[in-house]
Amino acid sequence: MTSVDLSIALPEILLSLWAMVALMAGAYFGKDRLAQALTWATVAVFILLAVLIGVQEPVSQSAFGGLFVEDAFARFAKMAILLAAAAVLVMGMDYLERTKMMKFEYPILVSLATVGMMVMVSAQDLITLYMGLELQSLALYVLAAFRRDSAKATEAGLKYFVLGALASGLLLYGASLVYGYSGTTRFEGIASVVHGDHLPVGLLMGLAFMLAGLAFKISAVPFHMWTPDVYEGSPTPVTAFFATAPKVAAMGLLARLVFDGFGQAPGDWGQILGFLAGASMVVGAIGALGQRNLKRLMAYSSISHMGFALLGLTAGTEAGVKATLLYMAIYVTMSVGVFAFMLTMRREGRPVQSIDDLNLLSKAQPVQALALLVLMFSLAGVPPLIGFWAKFAVLAAVIGSGYVVLAVIGVIASVIGAFYYLRIVYFMYFGTEIDPLDDDGAPAQRWLTLAAAAVTVLGVINLFGIEGAAAVAAQALVN
Amino acid sequence: MVGLEHYLTVAAALFVIGIFGIFLNRKNIIVILMSIELILLSVNINLVAFSSHLGDLVGQVFTMFVLTVAAAEAAIGLAILVTFFRNRGTIDVEDVNVMKG
Repeated sequence: MTSVDLSIALPEILLSLWAMVALMAGAYFGKDRLAQALTWATVAVFILLAVLIGVQEPVSQSAFGGLFVEDAFARFAKMAILLAAAAVLVMGMDYLERTKMMKFEYPILVSLATVGMMVMVSAQDLITLYMGLELQSLALYVLAAFRRDSAKATEAGLKYFVLGALASGLLLYGASLVYGYSGTTRFEGIASVVHGDHLPVGLLMGLAFMLAGLAFKISAVPFHMWTPDVYEGSPTPVTAFFATAPKVAAMGLLARLVFDGFGQAPGDWGQILGFLAGASMVVGAIGALGQRNLKRLMAYSSISHMGFALLGLTAGTEAGVKATLLYMAIYVTMSVGVFAFMLTMRREGRPVQSIDDLNLLSKAQPVQALALLVLMFSLAGVPPLIGFWAKFAVLAAVIGSGYVVLAVIGVIASVIGAFYYLRIVYFMYFGTEIDPLDDDGAPAQRWLTLAAAAVTVLGVINLFGIEGAAAVAAQALVN
Repeated sequence: MVGLEHYLTVAAALFVIGIFGIFLNRKNIIVILMSIELILLSVNINLVAFSSHLGDLVGQVFTMFVLTVAAAEAAIGLAILVTFFRNRGTIDVEDVNVMKG
């Protein structure tokens, strides 16, 4: 029995072992000479694990007496998380070298956070949920303050820690209520207590607290206040990480909780999620209008995108979950492209991050500017790019469940949001004359930007087949 | 007779005090860390009370996990606070303001 359990959780176990081995190697050989080698090795481990998960037999198995599950949904989310983390590690290396932040702890913290995320999307029990979430969060708090000598980075770390710990507290209080009123911490046990279409008051209170805690982790309004500051203050490679893998994991965990635990009463949590989604879309779009700093702008952009992704879950149907999964995969791809470009932005060797620095980029770096233009159009949801189809799928799902008002809000928010994406394009092509950005080195980032742009164009044909995988994953979760 | 509801009331009171401690506190960040501990401990009281009421051990196991994680969380919080202090020379809440927002 135990060996079966261990083999089901093999990817998580291997990754934690890798993190510990890397930590020992780093501590034993001292210094940060190993940092680059360890980072590349971690990238290799991430990709290997993604392949390992991809070739597994397509069956649902649960381990450790039902605490942990390995199904199509978990596999889809884990592959997205691992590939996003690998891409972020690759593109951050050059930046970290140049700013002398290449410490061996960096890939180890990313590995540990990734283990936490993988546990999150496989959670079948409130305790597993909490442990996965905390493993992820604790590693991310440290990463936010990774640049120890910078006032901004430590302030970002402090803000993230205080608000993150508060969110964990809310989530835990909710978990304790759910446990008390259902008598079990198992999701399936909780589901079996719910009779009829509505939750008992105690469970509803618990669920509301838990959703508030999780809304913080995906930075949904009204729990989004930390996002712009933490994005701005953290080192850019860390910001890129925040914007991608943890978002997928938290969204996956949210989906697991509401469908596996409270699947019988979609009306009750649908209202809460619908409110979070509507508010996030609008606040994200309006908040970004006044931002001149690209990292703050991407923070508001991510708030808005999380609102759209939540729309799919609000629908409470299989089509909705599928739309959310696709949205997350597409959003992560576009984010990786944009952040890879932001990591190359330097003037006379110093990193810059204002949108004014993009003035007339089309003359200095025509290929990069074109790639960024494609990514911006895609983020804004301009057809026929892939970002449009992502928005289309969630809006169709939410209309299918009768939340027409939310869909209207989504379309309006998307139009408002288009303004600031297109303003970036305007600056790149019709801006004023300034000193051009440095155009040397950083080949990995430039290729990643181009690759992401290519995916947003070519993906229109058949989404590289991930639509089928997302459909299977959604089916595994909802039924 | 002290029943389940009394424990839940105490836990709810501690929880609310903890939340208000974070938001109303204008002095220093150590108080925020203490408030966070208060929230986590109120959760533990809840879990143990429910566990005893239901005659189910899982709640107490959960409590042990929460205690362990709370210790790790406090350690990381203090470490971040120390690096912040080194950069700014202060731990007043009002001085956490390099970035607007």
